[in-house]
Amino acid sequence: MGKGMKDKLFVFVLKHPIWVLLTALVLVVGAAAGAKNLVFKSDYRVFFSADNPQLIAYESMQNIYNKSDNVAFIIAPADGNVFTEETLNAVGQITTDAWQIPYSTRVDSVTNFQHTWAEEDDMIVEDLVLEDVELTSEKLQSIKTIALNEPLMLSKLISAQGHVTVVNVTVQLPGVNPVAEVPEVVEKVREIQQKYMAENPGLEIKLSGIVMMNNSFAEASLNDNATLVPAMFGVVIVLMLILLRTFTGTISTVVIIAASIAGAMGLAGWGGLYLTGPSAGAPTMILTLAVADCIHILSTMFYEMRHGVEKKKALMDSLRINFQPIMLTSVTTAIGFLSMNFSDSPPFRDLGNIVAVGVMLAFILSVTLFPALLMLLPIKVKVRTEEDSDYMRSLAGFVTGKRKLLLPLMSVIMVSLIVFLPQNKLNDDFVKYFDTSVPFRQATDFMQDNLSGMTQLEISVNSGESSGINDPAYLSMLGDFTEWLRAQPETDHVNTITDTLMRLNKNMHGDDAEYYRLPQSRELSAQYLLLYEMSLPYGLDLNNQLNVDKSSTRLVGTFKNMTSNELVLLETRIQGWFVDNAPGLEAQITGPNLMFAHISQRNIISMLSGIAMALVLISVLLGFALRSVRFGLISLIPNLAPAAMGFGMWYLIDGQVGLGLSVVAGMTLGIVVDDTVHFLSKYLHARRERNADSVAAVQYAFGSVGRALWITTFVLVAGFMVLAQSSFKINADMGFLTALTILIALIVDFLFLPPLLMKLDGVKEETKIAVEQGETDEVK
Amino acid sequence: MKLSSSMNLILAAVLAVSTPLMAQTPEERGLEISQEAKQRDLGWGDMQADMLMVLRNKQGQESVREIRLKSLEQENDGDKSLSIFDKPRDVKGTAFLSFSHPVGADDQWLYLPALKRVKRIASRNKSGPFMGSEFAFEDLSSFEIEKYSYKYIQDEACEAGQCFVVEQYPVDKNSGYTRRVVWLDHDEYRISKVEFYDRKNSLLKTLTFQGYQQYLGKYWRADLQQMTNHQNGKSTDLKWTGYKFQSGLNDSDFNKNTLKRSR
Repeated sequence: MGKGMKDKLFVFVLKHPIWVLLTALVLVVGAAAGAKNLVFKSDYRVFFSADNPQLIAYESMQNIYNKSDNVAFIIAPADGNVFTEETLNAVGQITTDAWQIPYSTRVDSVTNFQHTWAEEDDMIVEDLVLEDVELTSEKLQSIKTIALNEPLMLSKLISAQGHVTVVNVTVQLPGVNPVAEVPEVVEKVREIQQKYMAENPGLEIKLSGIVMMNNSFAEASLNDNATLVPAMFGVVIVLMLILLRTFTGTISTVVIIAASIAGAMGLAGWGGLYLTGPSAGAPTMILTLAVADCIHILSTMFYEMRHGVEKKKALMDSLRINFQPIMLTSVTTAIGFLSMNFSDSPPFRDLGNIVAVGVMLAFILSVTLFPALLMLLPIKVKVRTEEDSDYMRSLAGFVTGKRKLLLPLMSVIMVSLIVFLPQNKLNDDFVKYFDTSVPFRQATDFMQDNLSGMTQLEISVNSGESSGINDPAYLSMLGDFTEWLRAQPETDHVNTITDTLMRLNKNMHGDDAEYYRLPQSRELSAQYLLLYEMSLPYGLDLNNQLNVDKSSTRLVGTFKNMTSNELVLLETRIQGWFVDNAPGLEAQITGPNLMFAHISQRNIISMLSGIAMALVLISVLLGFALRSVRFGLISLIPNLAPAAMGFGMWYLIDGQVGLGLSVVAGMTLGIVVDDTVHFLSKYLHARRERNADSVAAVQYAFGSVGRALWITTFVLVAGFMVLAQSSFKINADMGFLTALTILIALIVDFLFLPPLLMKLDGVKEETKIAVEQGETDEVK
Repeated sequence: MKLSSSMNLILAAVLAVSTPLMAQTPEERGLEISQEAKQRDLGWGDMQADMLMVLRNKQGQESVREIRLKSLEQENDGDKSLSIFDKPRDVKGTAFLSFSHPVGADDQWLYLPALKRVKRIASRNKSGPFMGSEFAFEDLSSFEIEKYSYKYIQDEACEAGQCFVVEQYPVDKNSGYTRRVVWLDHDEYRISKVEFYDRKNSLLKTLTFQGYQQYLGKYWRADLQQMTNHQNGKSTDLKWTGYKFQSGLNDSDFNKNTLKRSR
């Protein structure tokens, strides 16, 4: 924007504030109206792009067998015994009611387990707990014995001590309206939960499963926004009142922030974006980032007014002085967020785009609507001494005085933090995405402690021929594999067709325990399975274990919760077993946990090119803004080091890097650049315009922007620390590490950059100035 | 007045159309249509046919089963039927005998050649899938008036011209459905389409009938039945060939003791 145009704009704004206000209002309301289209997509699959190989493998397995999305009712009677008349009746009724859950296609429980036994030449297949049979104590004992000895149920539907049981509901979401389907299911599920807890005071019912997790993505984020966004507004208001002591300025800032958030979220709605866990964090981020623009304009304006300049003139001066730095920092911040478009995970692309739009909106509004509001509202400025500049002066004195010590000391600190960076371990355990305040997490932890974890691997073993699963060689391999998998320390449960076949073989031989083994002929297996399939009621068939032409079968392993690395190692071990023991067979391993286990790595690799791109763009911008290739290059160190140090420090704090953290480097790059821009431009201003030597220039830079830098850093750190309170770990970690990185950036800019400048610049003092003086200078 | 005269006209028309129906509730009308359909299909005696079953999953994988079917009409009870499996090869020779009953569990026996044994199956599998297909046992067993209560919904254009649309509500509590919606054509009372609603009353499956042919100058049988499951994306086709009627089958052909010998 040319200087003339810029001035014309400011003159217009200050002359016709009402018109600006009304126009801005109309535009913002128009944009914000899009928010009505903004709905939450409660599905963990949103984290995966359509071409993610793990997602494709998983979806294809869901199409071959049946989908495995589920809701688990975890039922714990107070007396610690599931096998009582009261509890089994309740479990039976919950099983029946669960068929009424929308999109339910299958319900598995202890009561409707298809118990098979033989009576002479009769093969009897019926519910383990029949509705109309009286539950005498002998009957209860026999049910308990059967349940605890049935490998299909033990640890999956019933705990080994018989004190906790699960009713597992398979849900097949049509995916036609992804926004409404999950809440629809959850509403019915909770209704059932409430009903039976009210009717049976001794019964504790908790809810877990993939559907509940999907729902928690939405609920945790929405709860977050209901608490974090107001909290953040509170922090901003308090900080501004304390630091700038202005009521009008605070109100106007709040208006700008609210309008930026509403506009950005609304535009996202118009753009057809869905809300997801990460993108729901956008309001907090926009809020935090938008404050800085207003603070810069206000502080310059107040500075002038305190020196006796009249309000309108002071505002005009402030706009002129701040326009370029604000624009530059907004653009670099936006570029940082736009780097998220390289992410492999669509929600982060959305987050990046929404925040980038919000940041640019905040910039536009703070040079139009903001001055208009300040013109319309009364402003009083008390004359006061600026005690802070004394602090800044002594800080500058310290830095210039101890520069010979600071440079090596800071270098050592920086390097020793950065060496920890590669030590971080990748981990995405989606159960731990939620903190322990989220009911889904509590229920899942409870299930893990008492029955089994939520980590599941689906293993499809292809025999390569139609009906091949009946081949005794194939079955014996499958049996061996099942045994091996059960022996692994991580394993809680294995669901396999071989258990069913062994049981049927026993049933077919008059329940002789001798025959609890795999059938020895292909025809026998095939005919047992036919008999069994023909005996099962609706929803309890074998379609979830066998494909249509019975050429392959799916085993489902349930494991203790583990880190992504451990899961990937387990996957490798399983593949290794098949290579060693069943070389001709093809085993495919998938599952939501495995998808998440691979996503961070994919995402980090894809984000690296995003960061590189952002870095190049931002460096070019800085080079232009500072009008110096040399200083553009120097700025790389304080721009890149903070994220690397942040991750190094993260290793010492937590050490596990997940999906949320994999975007932090790109995101913070655009933010930390701001400090460097402000500091370097003031430094260069002093060197070029005032002919100062490097020490004096450092002192000048501290004096003029030091205070603004620490205030904005303070606000940013506070804002991202609010986000760090999120119950959604992806957002919480992202918030915390971003806050940490921004804080580190300020320290680096204050304690490392100046000594570095004095060192590099001081040597060439004489030659350099002569060259640089030829250039005109406009950087303010 | 113009308005009242046209109102009168409409009233007269409504009365004219509904008077013969006035005595009849939709429930009675539904029952009447169903009785007529059953009536028209009575007296076929015995029947044999070859059935080719094609199963498809959402991924597009297919699997084929071949079955020979024999049925014997029963008065005042469900029909007797014998299914002999030819494919897949590892179940060749397996024979399934069923005495269906309008209400309550059917009597079922399965002969397993690999075990050389006849096994009686005691289960509540009415709602369960037949050979892993999208057809449940109850979709394949004979139509009996007592199995359902009825409600006539409306007339509607259908592939065969004009159809009665009748809702059927299963009497048996072990049925997998809350209701079936059946389209029967006006001319011949042949089923053109059936929609199945599951226990939570959401649409589960649609069955369509194609290629009706008339046998013995009276009985209509379709060459193709296509069942699509809307919830899991799977489908099953039944292709019928070689219909034979009244070839002299009797009770001794539908006997569990002779099951082993049925080939």
